[in-house]
Amino acid sequence: MGGMPERANTNVNTAELVDNRERDLLRRVQAGEKEHFYELVKPYERRVYTAALAVLRNEAEAEDAAQEAILKALTHIRQFRAEARFSTWLIQIAVNEALMRRRKAHSEILEPIGERQEEDGNYTPRDFADWREIPSEVLERKEIRQKLAGAVAALAEKYREVFVLRDVQHLSIEETAEALGISRASVKTRLLRARLMLRDLLAPGFGGAWFGRLPFEKGNKPW
Amino acid sequence: MVVNCEHVWREISNYLDKQVDPETRVAMEAHFKECKHCTAVLDGTRNVVQLYGDDRLFELPAGFSQRLQRRLAQQTSSSRYGSARTFWMLTAAAAAALLVGGLTLGNSPVFRQPELRSEHAQPPHHIPPALMVALSTDGKVFHVPGCKYLHKRDGESPQLMTAADALKEGYVPCPRCLRQYLSVRVECPRIHPDSEVARKRGEAPSIAPGL
Repeated sequence: MGGMPERANTNVNTAELVDNRERDLLRRVQAGEKEHFYELVKPYERRVYTAALAVLRNEAEAEDAAQEAILKALTHIRQFRAEARFSTWLIQIAVNEALMRRRKAHSEILEPIGERQEEDGNYTPRDFADWREIPSEVLERKEIRQKLAGAVAALAEKYREVFVLRDVQHLSIEETAEALGISRASVKTRLLRARLMLRDLLAPGFGGAWFGRLPFEKGNKPW
Repeated sequence: MVVNCEHVWREISNYLDKQVDPETRVAMEAHFKECKHCTAVLDGTRNVVQLYGDDRLFELPAGFSQRLQRRLAQQTSSSRYGSARTFWMLTAAAAAALLVGGLTLGNSPVFRQPELRSEHAQPPHHIPPALMVALSTDGKVFHVPGCKYLHKRDGESPQLMTAADALKEGYVPCPRCLRQYLSVRVECPRIHPDSEVARKRGEAPSIAPGL
């Protein structure tokens, strides 16, 4: 009975420790101890990279943009103010860097899904396949991760950006709106579209097509 | 409140984010109990949010961290080198500014000292052109005839000419006997006070008696 509150307290204490460590590192780096900067950004490397990937859809480009964003963060570290979260600030720099590179490149070979969709129109889900709860273990499989990454990469950029910042990076609606320079209403509308489009893309696969060799196929589904 | 499928699809994202008002939430939940299509959409959308929110989904490319650390190290060292270089550049610029400023200030009229020139090099003023002067045989100086500072060879009379001709030939006035014609005042107590009156009259000043 008392296990849960105890665990919750432990989590809070761990979060506090992490926050305190981050604050301490920030103070030191801002004071000129730049050799500690990597310790500061290490927990957010993946998120920065994913944010850049969401915009650029090319791994090499995304890596370069993500690293450039981190270098820029180091250069401008004194401009960071504690009222924002450091991770959000870092991700915003990465999004800006990636957007800037994309504007320069103008490279859209295939028309992405949803590009021609009117933002204020209603979206009708196409597929009503039954896609009930799935075990998170499926993410251990590399091909499933590739399918998921491919699906999000296929979205039109305006939906992809909002979806990645909100559902992958866990930014709030306000933070997403600020990072992309759009309204909160646009964030909500684009997020709805992105989620429903991804569901349409993934439901047939998760509904059975991708799991022909899974051990829980043929009546052995664990759910 | 009753909601239809289209209303549910429009609000399904807000429903998952707990951003719908309580009345709409109750209405949507009632709808899900009766509509298997909308329930399938809800389950699928919830799965999308859960799957993509998992940290394992997007992996960093192999070697990303090492490459990042290398670039950070390069930037840190180059900024240090840049700081040192900036320091020396600023120091050099400050030294140059001091030098130029010092030279400018030193050359300004406020601090300029009178040039150290020979008394003999002073240009004469208002010397009567017709004034007969005696030329020194030792140096290019002309004197009032009889000046004790007139150098002449023993037994020879000094060469005489007008002051105008002497000046043309490059002679300069004696700073003692012709001091009143020099721009720089030369102390010469041996000049008789009456010489000023004589100068005004265009005559050669007289040498003080006894000199």
